[in-house]
Amino acid sequence: MAWIIAIIVVVLLVIWYVMLYNGFIQIRTHVQESWSQIDVQLKRRNDLIPNLVSTTKGYANYEQSTLKKVVELRNQLTAVPAGDRQQTMEVSNALSGTLRSLFAVAENYPDLKANTQFSKLMEELTNTENKIAYSRQLYNSTVASLNMKVQSFPSNIVANIHHFKQEAYLQVPEEEKTAPNVNFDDFGNDNK
Amino acid sequence: MLYEQIAMNKRRTGYVMAGFTLLVVALGAALGDVFAGSWVAGCLWAVVVTAVYMVIMISNSTDVVMSLNNAQEIKNEDQAPQLWHLIEDMAMVGQVPMPRVFIINDASPNAFATGNNPEHSAVAVTTGLLTRLNREELEGVIGHEISHVRNYDIRLQTIALALSAAISFLVNLASNLMWFGAGRRNDDDRDSAGGAIAMVVSILLIFLAPLAASIAQMALSRNREYLADASSVELTRNPQGLISALEKIDDSEPMQEADPSSAAMYIGDPFKNKRKMTDLFATHPPIADRIARLEKM
Repeated sequence: MAWIIAIIVVVLLVIWYVMLYNGFIQIRTHVQESWSQIDVQLKRRNDLIPNLVSTTKGYANYEQSTLKKVVELRNQLTAVPAGDRQQTMEVSNALSGTLRSLFAVAENYPDLKANTQFSKLMEELTNTENKIAYSRQLYNSTVASLNMKVQSFPSNIVANIHHFKQEAYLQVPEEEKTAPNVNFDDFGNDNK
Repeated sequence: MLYEQIAMNKRRTGYVMAGFTLLVVALGAALGDVFAGSWVAGCLWAVVVTAVYMVIMISNSTDVVMSLNNAQEIKNEDQAPQLWHLIEDMAMVGQVPMPRVFIINDASPNAFATGNNPEHSAVAVTTGLLTRLNREELEGVIGHEISHVRNYDIRLQTIALALSAAISFLVNLASNLMWFGAGRRNDDDRDSAGGAIAMVVSILLIFLAPLAASIAQMALSRNREYLADASSVELTRNPQGLISALEKIDDSEPMQEADPSSAAMYIGDPFKNKRKMTDLFATHPPIADRIARLEKM
């Protein structure tokens, strides 16, 4: 009898261990997936920038210096080694900022704004910028749940044995709106 | 809170279905007793008719709801790039698959979401919403709709809608039968008793249709709107966008051809309270109230 109980306990422990391990594998995959979401958008933006240059070519006086800076940052971004997420995002944030200031002054160029090619490009770039911000949000929340798992007991035992490590959060640029404090406590009393 | 809400929605879907099944069986028993002299047969027929009706309704509920509201599907991003991109964004950050996208040709700004589950969902917006709202405001509205998808509000709404449609179908069928059946039953020996029962049943049926509608409406608690507003801000991190969107939606004319049975699904009441509704049965909380809660964030 005691034998059977001992065997059952051991089997349950093994199952439990395997589940914890698989949980780590899964969440690590999620982190990688959400990074590749960002990566796709960064590449897309890099592809759009030459279009921006050629579309605005006819408008000789259109913010030449800012445009030059955009191209420079783009080239810098492609030169960042593939694995370095922090540095990639740093350059990307600078590029986002420059593009934003470029868009802000587009109001001063009525004939450029009337150009359908340009407005289409603006929408594409705005879309890409937003998607970068949102996929970064997603990335950070997946990293948060990974980090929580690495630190908390008992999953930290498995993390130590198999070297699952905490990941660093991606920096959100200062000028971007800070997250509002969403409070669900105000909501949902007449449902209970 | 959000997960509680999702679990509650799934549970409630069960309650709504059970309640309506009882209603259908009772209706069938009454009909069978009056028209066929057998309440058992009536029950069976009503259940079969409703089951068939429900399967048809739920399997293509999105298309039914969309055609009731004169919504046209758009299949690629070129037809409305900004809308398409925003729905993509919100679906990504809300971690649900990309819904189908519909546009309603109406100058009044409004929007709703529908579907059976997050894998089969759809979002519809009016042309007025696209022209009057800027990108941030539109983002807030789309965030609200995606939250309905994520919270399984859409499934509860779809089932409530399908069930109340089935009930009103049965009621229509019964009132038609009553016209013809009244003549045929004259050679019945329980003539006067049958007539009296028919009277009672017909009165009962008249009361049943609005009851079905109000049950559906109550199931779509107004609380869901507050919650979707909050979840929208959680996705967009920008309460101001949704606040000014709600102001614009509030400050506009009623929609031309919204379907009354889907009024509860819209982000803002499409009829602007033209129909006199008491507070208890109102489908939407006052917009000022919603804005006040958003401003506290």
